[in-house]
Amino acid sequence: MTEAATATIPVPSDYKSNVKPVWCPGCGDFGVLNAMAKAMARLGLRPEELAVVSGIGCSSRIPAYTACYGFHGVHGRALPTGTGLKLARPDLTVIVTGGDGDGYSIGGNHFLHACRRNVDLTYIVMDNRVYGMTKGQPSPTTETHWTSKLAPLGTGINEFHPMAIALAAGANFVARGFTGDPNGLADIIVQAIETPGFSFIEVLSPCITFRPEQKDWKKTVRHGNLSSTADLALAARQIFSDDGMNLGVLYAGARPPYRPPIGRGRVAAADLAAEFRI
Amino acid sequence: MSDRDRNDPGSANEFMAQACALEAEAAERYAELAELMRAHHNSEVAELFGKLARIEGLHRDQILERMGWASAPDPATFRWQTPEGPETTDFADLHYLMTPWHALGLAEHNERRAAEFFERVAGRADLSADLRAVAAETAVEERGHVRLIQAWQARFPEPGPDWDEDLDPPAAVD
Repeated sequence: MTEAATATIPVPSDYKSNVKPVWCPGCGDFGVLNAMAKAMARLGLRPEELAVVSGIGCSSRIPAYTACYGFHGVHGRALPTGTGLKLARPDLTVIVTGGDGDGYSIGGNHFLHACRRNVDLTYIVMDNRVYGMTKGQPSPTTETHWTSKLAPLGTGINEFHPMAIALAAGANFVARGFTGDPNGLADIIVQAIETPGFSFIEVLSPCITFRPEQKDWKKTVRHGNLSSTADLALAARQIFSDDGMNLGVLYAGARPPYRPPIGRGRVAAADLAAEFRI
Repeated sequence: MSDRDRNDPGSANEFMAQACALEAEAAERYAELAELMRAHHNSEVAELFGKLARIEGLHRDQILERMGWASAPDPATFRWQTPEGPETTDFADLHYLMTPWHALGLAEHNERRAAEFFERVAGRADLSADLRAVAAETAVEERGHVRLIQAWQARFPEPGPDWDEDLDPPAAVD
């Protein structure tokens, strides 16, 4: 009998809550939930050592579906919430999740500064290049010429390039995964969590309802086509010649994460309130 | 070599662990799909996925009993040539209006992939004769499942080309 069959190690289902997802059948976000659960099990994290924080959107429902600490925050504010949590509780493994609208539009500025601060977080963005929850408006990553009833002529605006921006803004780990490959994505999440500092994972997560053509991503993604490097210039060259379909780790750096100096330790609530007295 | 690095079984025990993990993951996924279809009010397909979950669960339990194991190994500890276990349904292949015919089409595809996986192991010249014999026996079993699923699917009419047309679509924007 194998070790796996005998040992009482955690299994992915241990990290899923009893709340059943209400995502559309065919939605890519199921693959992310599975990959996260697999990564958590592989790392052997206890639920009380782990927190999943999100913003607003279809993908941001994920904290409800995981069996650990969770915080379903406000639109675009998942990163500041996650940052605050990590600084207050550095012992926790903090995973911040959300979609492309939440992360790059409403929360775009937080994304830049979270990369720059390099707090030890893992940020997973489920990118379907559309606002799904509000019925299909173009998002920052929507292709310029994509047309729909809500954007009949397309946006006419260049799309946001999250991995290039993460790299330029100082993220210490940058990667791209695909929901159709939950095991490969789990590998990336494990690496992201194990790499100190701010880790950013762009996940291609098809929206079957508003972007049914994204079902073809299964055929167009290229597994393991990004070559991991610690050389920023090489990573930059690679990402600027990338068509968005290459998967893998792009950059894994060694920049030390930001940790605030240990302050006064535990402070009584009354003392904190006194600082704000007018 | 760790479990994470293993691509193919090196012994009959490892092979059975892999087979057990494959069935366990398939059962778990079918159960998830049943819940999902229930949430989307497609009770006919939900019931069918529930049945498939029970069948795969029985296959898992048969292996556990045969090997005298208490629980199935974690499927995530194995490397497959497919994105997940060869008998695991891809979430992306679902649609809220799918019919039992479609669901059984997915099940047939899964059984076929499982048979191909076992046939590949059975065909590996570098593995022991015992292991190859067990793999060949399992492959034959999986081919039998393919035929059973095909017969099951034939009891349902093939849906027309407009099967996914929703006169009251949830995605309406105007």
